[in-house]
Amino acid sequence: MARIELTNVQKFFGAVQVLRDVNLVIEDGEFVVMLGQSGCGKTTTLRAIAGLETITSGTITIDGKEVQNLKAADRDIAFVFQSFSLYPHMTVEENIAFPLRAVRSRQAEREAEVKEVARFLGIEQLLPRRPSALSGGDMQRVAIGRALVRRPKALLMDEPIGALDAKLREQMRAEIKRLHIARESTSVYVTHDQVEAMSLADRIVVMHDGLLQQVGAPEEVYLRPANLFVAQFVGSPVMNVADVTVESEGTDALLRIGGANGFRVPSETVSHLNGSPAKLGIRPEAVMLSHDAKDGYIETETTNVEPLGSHDIVDVRVGDETLRARCESGFTGGEGQKLWVALDPHRAHFFDAASGNSLRRSA
Amino acid sequence: MTDVMTRLEPGSRAASRGFSDLTIRNLFIIPTIAFLIIFNVFPLLYSLWTSFTDFRASTTAPANWVGLANYRELLNDPFIWRNFTITAKYVLISVTGQVVVGFGLAMLLNRQIPFKGLITTLLLLPMMLSMAVVGLFWKLLYDPSFGIINYFLGLGKFEWLADPQVALYAVALVDIWMWSPFVMLLSLAGLSAVPKHLYEAAEIDRAGPFYTFFRITLPLVAPILMIAIIFRTMEAFKTFDHAYILSSQPTTELIAIRLYKMAFLEWQTGLSSAFAYIVLIMVVAITNIYVKYLNKAKAR
Repeated sequence: MARIELTNVQKFFGAVQVLRDVNLVIEDGEFVVMLGQSGCGKTTTLRAIAGLETITSGTITIDGKEVQNLKAADRDIAFVFQSFSLYPHMTVEENIAFPLRAVRSRQAEREAEVKEVARFLGIEQLLPRRPSALSGGDMQRVAIGRALVRRPKALLMDEPIGALDAKLREQMRAEIKRLHIARESTSVYVTHDQVEAMSLADRIVVMHDGLLQQVGAPEEVYLRPANLFVAQFVGSPVMNVADVTVESEGTDALLRIGGANGFRVPSETVSHLNGSPAKLGIRPEAVMLSHDAKDGYIETETTNVEPLGSHDIVDVRVGDETLRARCESGFTGGEGQKLWVALDPHRAHFFDAASGNSLRRSA
Repeated sequence: MTDVMTRLEPGSRAASRGFSDLTIRNLFIIPTIAFLIIFNVFPLLYSLWTSFTDFRASTTAPANWVGLANYRELLNDPFIWRNFTITAKYVLISVTGQVVVGFGLAMLLNRQIPFKGLITTLLLLPMMLSMAVVGLFWKLLYDPSFGIINYFLGLGKFEWLADPQVALYAVALVDIWMWSPFVMLLSLAGLSAVPKHLYEAAEIDRAGPFYTFFRITLPLVAPILMIAIIFRTMEAFKTFDHAYILSSQPTTELIAIRLYKMAFLEWQTGLSSAFAYIVLIMVVAITNIYVKYLNKAKAR
């Protein structure tokens, strides 16, 4: 098991810079998920750690040893590819045994290791088959088996379940988590799926444009996004974001969005805003709806309802902005219904309109 | 009615004029079938018939049915077996050489190198030449007195094509020179079809270059390499032109040359037809063995 450290890592593809000064420490036994859109540099970072991609500058250390100039084979790291990358002409058993055979380990030892990994992953009955005869989920189990069989220092996974269907993804997600807990392996996992990231990670690394946007525990990234990008990338449905003006009204403050009547909130919730242009971010579950007029609620109308079974997502019009609210299923009858809406001020986020950085209350 | 006509597709309008789909299909197929029957099927059957007769194309004498006598005579002729042995040796040397050289060149070309397209094209030139022309100029290259090969190797007046021990190798070398590009071309297609991520996986799995080559590259290229070997074996079996031009040694008398002499110098048309059939059966048998391996390789 290993501690991985990236210091000032830069990577150019020709004139295009794909990694900008990446600094990241992955602790021994930690499960780190790199999250971002395609092209954000997350896979490149992972491949750089594995040694499949050379970096332009910076250092990568594994257990204190600089490895950026070592070949992949000399880094003792396993990698699970999105495309599975099973050797098509070998049986499952030969595939899993390949990393051991490549370094000429003894046959008896090899067979025992392969059996143990196969039992651990529940794929013993598949050993004599060829990859072409396997389902997607089984192929990925074999790929993971091949990665685990030689007990690598760290396990790197590049969207390992991205090619599977939704139900299988959920199942494999649980398996990967179980595997990580059982093996206590240092794992780095790349995905664009924030649900996967939230459910698997000890820490999430959100990347955008080759830059680390935020590194933190899943709940921290969700509850205290560092900037607008993180706020809108993590969470489903996407956080509502609107330009906001703050006016004081007596002891309270008035948040005005979309030119509508303002939402009345306690002034201490906005006291840290210094008056420069700001954006309000509010997650759908912090948008509260009511059938009756209440204090602090303003009148609105539904424009769209998405019934999702466990809950509904309701779009309501506030001035010329639309807010999405999460409410219990069947809360509204449909479009065009009159409702009252309020915001939970304690769950409201404010961002600098220019930089997109979070404006957080100190303390 | 006219309304219906205008709404029909052009093909259907042709149909409404009396051309059914079947007729149109036949119009395309019949010329090819006719060509095949006249130039392939008829000669095949006609030569099968002559192989059972004492027919001589050089005389007007009617052909007499002799049954299996031609086949019996050929299979009992020790000289014919010598031709077969020579041919087998030639095929082995030539095809092995082509595979080694061709696959080696493909490995060298299967990477990012400057002028890759130009180099590939230049390497392909030999196989675009006429075999007879190749035979003629290699005869000059091999020439004992002024040939450039002896000049560069400093071999004095070494008789490449007259030395009975060396002549067959010299002829095979020309075949290797000419047809290695063909093996290279197919191998290159095979090599570039091996997914790059498999090499990455092998690298991660700590496989060295030799292990990767023998365990990943070769098995995955094997099916297409096998196709190249099938083609080259069949062709090498039939080698005539450059071998005939280069050397008249008994040690280089391949079956095709023997067959030519039998058919067009000795005019034993019936006997040579039987000979051709024996060769055909052998080529089909050898090809079948390869195809079996190919299917096994493809099943993976």
